Amino acid sequence: MRQFQYQRARTLDDATGLVSQDSTMAIAGGTNLLDLMKLQVETPGELADVNRIGFGEIEDTPEGGLRIGALATNTETAVHPRVRRDYPLLARAILAGATQQLRNKATTGGNLCQRTRCFYFMNIDQPCNKREPGSGCGAIDGVAKLHAVLGSSDQCIATYPGDMAVAMSALDAQVSIVSGDGGERSVPVREFHCLPGDTPWRDNVLEQGEIITAVTLPAPVMGGQLYRKVRERSSYAFALVSIAAVVELQHGKFTRADLAFGGLAHKPWHDPRIADALIGQAPSDDLYDTAADLLLEDAQGHGENEFKIPLARRTLHAVLKQAVEEAA
Amino acid sequence: MAETMTVNGSEHPIPDDPRVTLLDFLRHDLRLSGTKKGCDHGQCGACTVIVNGIRINSCLTLAAMHDGDHVTTIEGLGTPDAPSDLQRAFVEHDGYQCGYCTPGQICSATAMLEEIANGWPSDASNDLEGPVEPSGEEIRERMSGNLCRCGAYANIVAAIRDVAGEPKT
Repeated sequence: MRQFQYQRARTLDDATGLVSQDSTMAIAGGTNLLDLMKLQVETPGELADVNRIGFGEIEDTPEGGLRIGALATNTETAVHPRVRRDYPLLARAILAGATQQLRNKATTGGNLCQRTRCFYFMNIDQPCNKREPGSGCGAIDGVAKLHAVLGSSDQCIATYPGDMAVAMSALDAQVSIVSGDGGERSVPVREFHCLPGDTPWRDNVLEQGEIITAVTLPAPVMGGQLYRKVRERSSYAFALVSIAAVVELQHGKFTRADLAFGGLAHKPWHDPRIADALIGQAPSDDLYDTAADLLLEDAQGHGENEFKIPLARRTLHAVLKQAVEEAA
Repeated sequence: MAETMTVNGSEHPIPDDPRVTLLDFLRHDLRLSGTKKGCDHGQCGACTVIVNGIRINSCLTLAAMHDGDHVTTIEGLGTPDAPSDLQRAFVEHDGYQCGYCTPGQICSATAMLEEIANGWPSDASNDLEGPVEPSGEEIRERMSGNLCRCGAYANIVAAIRDVAGEPKT
């Protein structure tokens, strides 16, 4: 690791003050950041340890939802009684990711901010527009098995690697963010992560000096909740394709169909047209094909990852069938 | 007051250089070489230790972040004369070949049995809310953060099941 200064924040104000400096990064669980610092992909001048500023609670909201503190670990969230009972999709998504040791350290805020596992991003000897703007993209025409088929650009085809945020996108959760000047804002998880476009170095909308304090889930819904992750190993592997689904039916027709997709894009993918196409309709293979057509109409493979396009279609069929059974 | 952490019951000052990982602090500064450095990137689990009752990868955390914490390493679980149940079971079941991953396996399994006792679900659990049976499938999923390049997995699972008790199913 390159040399850095270490400061422990005592309060939220402390933390936002520290991270307002250009060369300072916040560290919480550290499982991704320290990995990248060892690879010299990240070289902060100063780390602001935010682990002791509070914000680790998981609390009921007056609206019947759940507010998950930014410093609640992935394990604490996944085993929380209300998450297991009311948001099984979220518990399943978290448990499908990483290992118990990593989930015990990884936090809600840190998990949202985790960086891509693109091989070219993680290797400083390779070109990468995300790590080193203007250096090119090694993955396009390179080793691209894990890479994006939706929403990529000619600058970057990296994927967002996480599972938790995919479930939070399907649940339409909100990210609470504060800044050093006392400002607070709330961003839907669906809008928190960015597409690469011409600014592939930008993973999400968080600005310098801002800190995530919580993610709030809306009141739970009835019906079926499902997270299916397709991967190369049955444990400790990133998603090739994952789908989070929240589905409700009344009188044999969809009344809710909130779907989010992992492994396909630079962000958890959510396309509101899919819900529009499903709601009011009775489940059928033809209907699922229509949904898959919408999802994949602009999909573009890059050699090795082209298999993701038919895989996403088949996984979508399987998930909708199972979610409908669970919702019935 | 100087910052300290407690390792296997003894208090130690936190190192000055913030770059020192908990793993390097244990091995180099405290000479507790039971904890192993495998990949140094959180992939192999050889560095697993128990901090405040929770198993973590000691390679992916800074010693500076552990002021006031209680750390248990393989040396703190038992001794050759008085091994822990899992240490004894790994010997009985031949749960290793080269032994390099073993301290991490045993620290990991020690905390894992607590997680099962607490009813924490895993990706292999059919029911998120029900009690957890320590089946082979559950143990394999829960131990997926500990690799064994010798491939002693069958005996590792047997050793853990010996201590966990035979599941009903």
